[in-house]
Amino acid sequence: MRVLVIEDDQEAAGYMAKGLREHGYVVDHAATGPDGLAMATGEPYDILIVDRMLPGMDGLVIVEALRKSGNHSPVLFLSALAQVDDRVKGLQAGGDDYLTKPYAFSELLARIEALLRRGKGVSEKTVFKVGDLELDLLTRSVTRAGRKIDLQPREFKLLEFLMRHSGQVVTRTMLLEGVWDYHFDPKTNVIDVHISRLRQKIDKDFDASLLHTVRGAGYSLRESE
Amino acid sequence: MVLFGTSVCGVLGFEYWQTARVIGTQTDTTIEVETQGLAEHYREFGLAQLIFVIKERARNNPNLQSIYLLTDPNLAPLAGNLSAWPTQAGGSPSWFDFRIETTDTKGNKVERPARAQTFVLPDNFHLLVGREMTERQQFQALITNALFWGLILTLALGMLGGVLMSRHVLSRIEAINRGSRAILDGDLQRRMPISGSGDEFDRLSENLNAMLDQIERLMAGMREVTNDIAHDLRSPINRLRSRLEVTLMKEPGPDELRSVMEDTIEEADTILETFNAILDIALAESGVLRDRFETVDLSEVVQDVTELYEPLAAEKNESLTCMPGEHLTVKGNRHLLFRALANLLDNAIKYAPEHGTISIEASAEKSGVVVSVTDNGPGIPPEQREQALKRFTRLETSRSAAGSGLGLALVAAIARLHAADLKLEDNAPGLRVVLAFPKTQ
Repeated sequence: MRVLVIEDDQEAAGYMAKGLREHGYVVDHAATGPDGLAMATGEPYDILIVDRMLPGMDGLVIVEALRKSGNHSPVLFLSALAQVDDRVKGLQAGGDDYLTKPYAFSELLARIEALLRRGKGVSEKTVFKVGDLELDLLTRSVTRAGRKIDLQPREFKLLEFLMRHSGQVVTRTMLLEGVWDYHFDPKTNVIDVHISRLRQKIDKDFDASLLHTVRGAGYSLRESE
Repeated sequence: MVLFGTSVCGVLGFEYWQTARVIGTQTDTTIEVETQGLAEHYREFGLAQLIFVIKERARNNPNLQSIYLLTDPNLAPLAGNLSAWPTQAGGSPSWFDFRIETTDTKGNKVERPARAQTFVLPDNFHLLVGREMTERQQFQALITNALFWGLILTLALGMLGGVLMSRHVLSRIEAINRGSRAILDGDLQRRMPISGSGDEFDRLSENLNAMLDQIERLMAGMREVTNDIAHDLRSPINRLRSRLEVTLMKEPGPDELRSVMEDTIEEADTILETFNAILDIALAESGVLRDRFETVDLSEVVQDVTELYEPLAAEKNESLTCMPGEHLTVKGNRHLLFRALANLLDNAIKYAPEHGTISIEASAEKSGVVVSVTDNGPGIPPEQREQALKRFTRLETSRSAAGSGLGLALVAAIARLHAADLKLEDNAPGLRVVLAFPKTQ
């Protein structure tokens, strides 16, 4: 997977590149807006990580230019601009996600994985499977090893979100955004309680657990190795 | 001033012209009618009768108010109060002005202006009918005079009023100028003068004052934010630094390094949280989000937030009841409103005792939508309630509970952003937080 990081803070970009390489990504870095735009148009990247405030060019302008030229690589905006309307502007310009600095690296990684996955036609699927756990969107039913599991509507949405991102790490803010449609950083353990309720229903009576807690990051729904 | 003068002259000039025209036409019309009447009389009853009538009318007008003269085809007078056919008249039927000689009340001979119409009767007899014009001209002069003095008076009063008014206006503007100069010179407490008349200048001053108050509030808020950051972030950052420093002093093993670094990350996260909360409060207080407000279904937000926190309450064996009302809407920012209610519920759950009861309720009151969150925890004593809404306040009784101390301050800022009234009340026992939104138009 090739990642282009357009970020003028050399040190921050260095850390980010190092972290991403350790997770198996091939990382290129551009330090200015014009360089970034040139690199993004010149070579195919699987994902672009774009800072908002760049010398020479706003990150928004780069993404708008790319979108107009028919480039639809997923874009994750990074920004110190945290206001709600900055986020909206970023998404309107053609960004796919928006992460506010300072951020946790695990959050960045989780969101990159989610964006890369999104491009692969997951959205058209109506039946999701992780191990022996199955979720059917059309009949709105969940079974594990053939046994029917009753879920509350919100639990169903929560599981659906985790299923769509199975094998990835999803963070608490991603869950609040994706399942509850509210954008804020839940400080307390509200999300954890929802997860543990869900875990009671899908994991408790079975030998292998599927819903894992990833320390310091979030959760992951996957078959244990 | 020029415009005023011109329009006054215009109006009066038009009035004069109109009056003169009406007087002129009136005279001409009466002469015309009389001439026609006499001509008719001649056609019907013949010359003798006409002469009789004219003599009759001439006798009634010895002073030549009305002028009559009938002549034969050679312009020799037959009847009338004019001694000879006026030279200006000529022979053809026409209108003309001329002067007549008459005697005034004292018997002196005087010349007076007159106006007449000549008319040729069948058989070539000439008829002249006229009116003495002195009175009319005097009347006209009177009007001209009146209009002239009216003009002078209007202009003078207008100018005087204008000067007085503009001096008044200028002095009011100058007062505002003095006020703003004083503020520029550093007297930030200074406000614009208000005369109490409630006129446009007072309204301008009031608006300027409201603006200055708002700026002052924002500046105070900014100062407070800076102080808060210095106060509340310095110690955790210091702690973080010390931990790293101490760890490095004593050749740490890999396990110890890992655990210290994990703790450090956690500490850094807390610092970021506090930092973001301060910025969020500042953002909410600045009011810049207000122009992006939309209609928010508060009932839905109440339901959503209840649903999010219900498991947390259940875990503490607390009962959480929700009465969201139906489609109660307010103007606002959905995410921030959710956050405010989330903070309130979070607090309620935190402070309510095991098996406690918590409720969140939205209802439509006369004054607007009201949301209340209640718990049966220790509550907040009345004298500490105001303090509780300020930043970084963790009340003595709840020191042990976790939190940045910014929760209620953020709720207060979000309430202010939405022009909502935030009140902390006694739930006897416990705390009742009431958010009263203004009515939406």
